[in-house]
Amino acid sequence: MNSLLAAGDGGGLHFPAIESLLEWPGFLFEGNTFLELNKVGLIYLWAMVAPLVIFTLAIRKSSLVPRGIQTVAESSVDFVRENIVMQTMGPDGMKFMPFLLSLFFFIFFANITEVIPFIQFPANSRMAAPAFLAILVWVVFNAVGIKSQGFFSYFKNTIIPPGVPGALLPLVAVIEFVSTFLVRPFSLAVRLFANMLAGHLLLVTFAVLCENLWAKNILVSIIWAPFIVLIGLTGFEILVAFLQAFIFTILTAVYIGGALHPEH
Amino acid sequence: MIDLLAQADNALDGLKAVGAGLGYGLAAIGPGVGIGLVVGNAITAMARQPESAGMVRTTMFLGIAFTEALALIGFVVFILLNFA
Repeated sequence: MNSLLAAGDGGGLHFPAIESLLEWPGFLFEGNTFLELNKVGLIYLWAMVAPLVIFTLAIRKSSLVPRGIQTVAESSVDFVRENIVMQTMGPDGMKFMPFLLSLFFFIFFANITEVIPFIQFPANSRMAAPAFLAILVWVVFNAVGIKSQGFFSYFKNTIIPPGVPGALLPLVAVIEFVSTFLVRPFSLAVRLFANMLAGHLLLVTFAVLCENLWAKNILVSIIWAPFIVLIGLTGFEILVAFLQAFIFTILTAVYIGGALHPEH
Repeated sequence: MIDLLAQADNALDGLKAVGAGLGYGLAAIGPGVGIGLVVGNAITAMARQPESAGMVRTTMFLGIAFTEALALIGFVVFILLNFA
């Protein structure tokens, strides 16, 4: 097995350092702290522009019977409305639909570059944007709660769940406070970030295995397991990219819905 | 003396690697069982009442997301110990 894994140059299996997988040098406005652009920033720009283009095209050529790109736009809006907004907030959550839809598309397009050939990097596997999005969601659901329930009753409803016996109240209040205001944004950011990082590392691992086998013998690389697993994992990562965008959006909807209607 | 220090350094690196591996493995046990429970019960519910499948599926993904977070934090600790 070891001789099989040894690369063509006889150096054995080299796994690239993690820095070279995740850190990209800037190529535009180098040295400028605010404007410097690297691959990650470019992917975020694409994630911002792609939904804009899709929806602009869909609106410009709209007809009663949707065709082409209008079908894509309409079915995705329908998906977010039926599966996310209606399931978690009901009809009066419809005013958050634009926010949730843009969140969903931004995350999805930043994730899906993971499996697009020659890009192959999920921008959300850097912590910055997931952390920013989580803080944004934290601000939004707190603002919605304060606006719809008032400052003090929002905090009272949040940290004191109904029907708790008096002796347990201090403990429960502390747990609820920590889980609502500290753990929620943290787990939201870490979930997206770690899923994409893990997927990227998994794909890189099997691609490195394939490449080393390729250097050894082209036939071995095609019939041997890593290549098949790599194809399977690519399909799996498309699912994960979609699922993480879905989960991030639906958790946002659940948090906003919880702030909108207190439990009784 | 330098030799001893180098050896201690090596041992520390080794311990870090062992800790990272064990940490991730241990962190994955609970969420693994938990996701199994969540999905298994969701399938039971869907099989009993196919008309409620949509609602059950949404709730199932929520449950998976909450359960999975622990394993992912374990993975982040693994990355930090190994590479940071």
